Amino acid sequence: MSSHESTEQNGSASHDWPDRYHHIDQVLDKPGPRTDPGFAPGAEVKTFLRDTCKILVIGAGGLGCEILANLALTGFKDIHVIDMDTIDISNLNRQFLFRPKDVGNPKAIVAADYIMKRVPGVVVTPYYGKIQDKDDDYYLQFNLVICGLDSVEARRWINATLVNLVDPENPESLKPLIDGGTEGFKGQSRVILPTVTSCYECSLDMLNKPTAFPICTIANTPRLPEHCIEWASVLEWPKVHGEKKMDTDDPEHIGWLYSVAAARAKEFKIEGVTWSLTQGVVKNIIPAIASTNAIIAASCCNEAFKIATSSAAYLNNYFMLIGTDGVYSFTFEHERRPECPVCGGESVDISISREWTVERLIEMLVEKQDIQIKKPSLSTPDKQIYLQAPPQLEAATRPNLEKKVSDLVPEGGEITITASSLPFSLSLKIQYR
Amino acid sequence: MLKILSMKKNQEAAAKKKPKTSAAQIRVQKDLTELDLPSTMETHFPDAADLLNFTLTIRPDEGMYKGGSFKFSFAINTNYPHDPPKVKCTQTIYHPNVDLEGNVCLNILREDWKPVLNLNSVMVGLQYLFLEPNADDPLNKEAAEDLRSRRDQFLQNVKNSMRGGSLKGRQYDNVLA
Ligand SMILES: [Zn+2]
Repeated sequence: MSSHESTEQNGSASHDWPDRYHHIDQVLDKPGPRTDPGFAPGAEVKTFLRDTCKILVIGAGGLGCEILANLALTGFKDIHVIDMDTIDISNLNRQFLFRPKDVGNPKAIVAADYIMKRVPGVVVTPYYGKIQDKDDDYYLQFNLVICGLDSVEARRWINATLVNLVDPENPESLKPLIDGGTEGFKGQSRVILPTVTSCYECSLDMLNKPTAFPICTIANTPRLPEHCIEWASVLEWPKVHGEKKMDTDDPEHIGWLYSVAAARAKEFKIEGVTWSLTQGVVKNIIPAIASTNAIIAASCCNEAFKIATSSAAYLNNYFMLIGTDGVYSFTFEHERRPECPVCGGESVDISISREWTVERLIEMLVEKQDIQIKKPSLSTPDKQIYLQAPPQLEAATRPNLEKKVSDLVPEGGEITITASSLPFSLSLKIQYR
Repeated sequence: MLKILSMKKNQEAAAKKKPKTSAAQIRVQKDLTELDLPSTMETHFPDAADLLNFTLTIRPDEGMYKGGSFKFSFAINTNYPHDPPKVKCTQTIYHPNVDLEGNVCLNILREDWKPVLNLNSVMVGLQYLFLEPNADDPLNKEAAEDLRSRRDQFLQNVKNSMRGGSLKGRQYDNVLA
């Protein structure tokens, strides 16, 4: 069902009361001094924004609530939202789409209902689950993706997925990704054009790591309540529970850690070990600040609006906000890393005979002038084909040298090659002739 | 909608499409196949198809732990290299920087880990602990105290523990290769 049909079913036309978009239309009815030359003011761009454009919001938490409200009020009418979490009472101070009666219910569903009730004519389609549940076809249906996530792992996943989605033959496959993130008084928003600009993985080493305390300090010279909590979770938990994995969402587990940490704190005369600090430390929670979320979400939605309408130049490509001492912000172009494992490296299409062995393929890679790889190691997404080292893995994969590539890699399949002479990796797309 | 696709940069850029092999997986493959270990260190994979779980054996050829064969387990998660590998000593050993549960005090495994570091740096760091045990960052406080103030006793304790002896009622694993 197209978004157009769905909005009509909800009778949105009648909800667009006169002058509803008066202010937005100031921007869309005429070009400004810095407008993109490709911008065509008038009805077409408004129809695109309000009837055609389909946007995906990932995360319906602190940032997500702000993002959903901003998008709906800006005039996006076909919004989808994914979130795997349920509402916790501690969310209510800033995640303003939720009320005490909603505690325990899925964030995505409650947020979608609230926005639809409050902003007539908008259709918000929720999905309560993981981003990893969805396949390429799902992500291909959107024009834009905005992320308001607190997990590095989920961001790396969606970033890699959108980079992989880019098909040079299909211009529609390039989905701009707007990524917002906050940590206390700090935040950033960035525009990622997969395969064109630097991606999330390119900047992985810029990330602030969660604070980790030296293990010897935890063990011997605790001074902070956090040291006692880390002692309980890092050293005492495995000692007492063995292989049993700690579940940071299980109140019993947190309760155990809390009592062990509190006892240690008492022994060392340290104050401040509480239940919520215990949960915060083991789950790596940095206090979320509502105003930081609001600023970053505003920046993300502003970019979404500019990209969807071409009405102004979009962010190139990284905006950072530091609100710890006053308000400082800085915008710069984060550059692509040629050795980025997601968007860097090269992809080469090769066509080989079905009869070629792995050994023959490796010889070709070593000889080929434009590739010139010394000692390549080869794998597919689910298995190793041939590894040059360590000796045990070389021996284990050596029998594959004699096998036909066509028995190991399907038509159109990809082989990842690493070698010390490559900045990172090379991917080969295999066709058989 | 922004016409990114007509941007001239695009053609060249879009050709650089990548496979579905995860970044963590590629990085581990790269780290492992480019390990540059001295003969004193050796990796072992219980399952050769699983690159994320393996052991490292260190056999120092000098220093006070010479003659021992020390085993560490490595567990790498799918968020590598954002997250460091989890490393534990699988034997009970007498060492100032390794506790009796096998936890290791090595800064690059925790507070100083960075994604630009790799498995080679971790392994070299571990070996260094056997060449230069460090009394300032103790995990086994008694061992650290012995190293600091009773060096001869410490050397004696190392020798004794490596043979599988016991110290103060604590039995250590025999690590003599
Ligand atoms: Zn990248």
